[in-house]
Amino acid sequence: MTPLLIAQVALTLLVFVALLSSAAGLVYAERKVAARLQQRLGPYLVGPRGLLQPLADIVKLMFKEELRPRAADPLLFALAPVISATAAFTAFAVVPFGAGTTLFGWLREPLRLQVADVNVAILVIFAVGSMSVYGIVLAGWSSNSKYSLLGGLRSSAQMISYELSYGLALAGVLVVSNSLRLTDIVNHQGGTWFGFLPRWFVFVQPVGFLIFMTAGIAETNRAPFDFPEAEQELVAGYHTEYSSMNFAMFFLAEYVNMVTVSAVATDLFLGGWHGPFLPESLGWIWFLIKVGAILFFYIWMRWTLPRYRYDQLMRFGWKVLLPLGVVNLLATAAGVLFLGA
Amino acid sequence: MLLFYVFGAAAVIASLLVIAQRNPIYSVLLLIASFGALSGLYILLEAPFVAVIQIIIYAGAIMVLFLFVVMLLNAPREETTEDVPTWAARTSRAGVARFGVALSIALGLELVWALTKHGGESGAFAGGSVASVSAIGRLLFTRYAFPFEVTSVLILIAMVGAVVLARRDPAKEGH
Repeated sequence: MTPLLIAQVALTLLVFVALLSSAAGLVYAERKVAARLQQRLGPYLVGPRGLLQPLADIVKLMFKEELRPRAADPLLFALAPVISATAAFTAFAVVPFGAGTTLFGWLREPLRLQVADVNVAILVIFAVGSMSVYGIVLAGWSSNSKYSLLGGLRSSAQMISYELSYGLALAGVLVVSNSLRLTDIVNHQGGTWFGFLPRWFVFVQPVGFLIFMTAGIAETNRAPFDFPEAEQELVAGYHTEYSSMNFAMFFLAEYVNMVTVSAVATDLFLGGWHGPFLPESLGWIWFLIKVGAILFFYIWMRWTLPRYRYDQLMRFGWKVLLPLGVVNLLATAAGVLFLGA
Repeated sequence: MLLFYVFGAAAVIASLLVIAQRNPIYSVLLLIASFGALSGLYILLEAPFVAVIQIIIYAGAIMVLFLFVVMLLNAPREETTEDVPTWAARTSRAGVARFGVALSIALGLELVWALTKHGGESGAFAGGSVASVSAIGRLLFTRYAFPFEVTSVLILIAMVGAVVLARRDPAKEGH
């Protein structure tokens, strides 16, 4: 084994563990932020400031009884959470999170801070995202419960509707950067305009960024677009019949998807690991800060806005977001054509 | 080469199982698996763009709609056709058999023709690498612009037709 290969394998493991623990960290952050916004205390008993609460939750989940409705389809019922969790982790594989490093000269050629450098990375994220729908849909169908089924159906309709706007927002960035490789797109955003304004695509594509963030919330089924699991109407939606670790896998998938969407948004619109003050080799710190900011925004949104009505969601997706995305893409293409990007 | 056989076998087996299933949901899932294997074959052909598009369009978008319809209609398990009068039973069975034989002969001939015809116009792709996205885009909008536009008009017609057919007549409903 060459040192580069060892480093690559170690990096892959590191990303996996980091994603797992980010889910736990997000659960804690979510509860603390929610409590703060609602003038409560949140978890504070387990560990200092309640920091060990996620661990306690995991242990609790592991010791719960695994239930399966008698009329459920056993194979698909077991498969659905696996699809959800796998898709969530797979998508992150193509996301770069820092410039290359030689690990203080140990490696001869720099190690890219990314699990897999694919030249159609954006499309891979899109494809894996479209696969993750199946986890939810199948969970809804195989549970053989009306709440689950309605949750699954709503989710598939929602994801199909918002995937289009999501794709159009991505296409705007592709037109400007002229590449499908995320590393190229991030490198395209290095440097500044007029000496102070960073060359981030959010300043070139502000509408695209808004569309991307909105569609991203809908894709990850977060409030205010959390219809697949709207408690008041559907008990818990597609995962009503799930318990114990199977439930935990859906939960994990939701938080990992959040991290992935935030990381992709950072790479596409916020300049990835580019930022002032830090040397390029420490760029991943900027990346983490930016991703953290977007995640905080997600949590903030969830506890601030009430859930929309389902028909409002559909009308917004098709009649506002999608036309806006098309106009944005056309304007971007025209701009690139006439100004020469 | 090993990967080719793995993906090829997966695609063939999954496709065969699609029609061997009683439960339509399983058929849909196996079709997705088959598309996934096809996509693997495209990657082996060094056409990653086509591979990913295969997943996004077929395995993602179209199959979700399939699944959606199957779940909405709540299609039941297919029961054995012994007692149920079906299309096959109502038509004369001999006629169906004859049609089937004719169809397989035609397909077999086509397969032989395709395998024996090395290179030629169908095999070679006009100019540019299939791997590059910009090459595909350029070809689609120059050399193949007309077929491309015709296809999109065709899809548009189908879409308008579906909307017209599905729309309830407001005059009849009285509002």
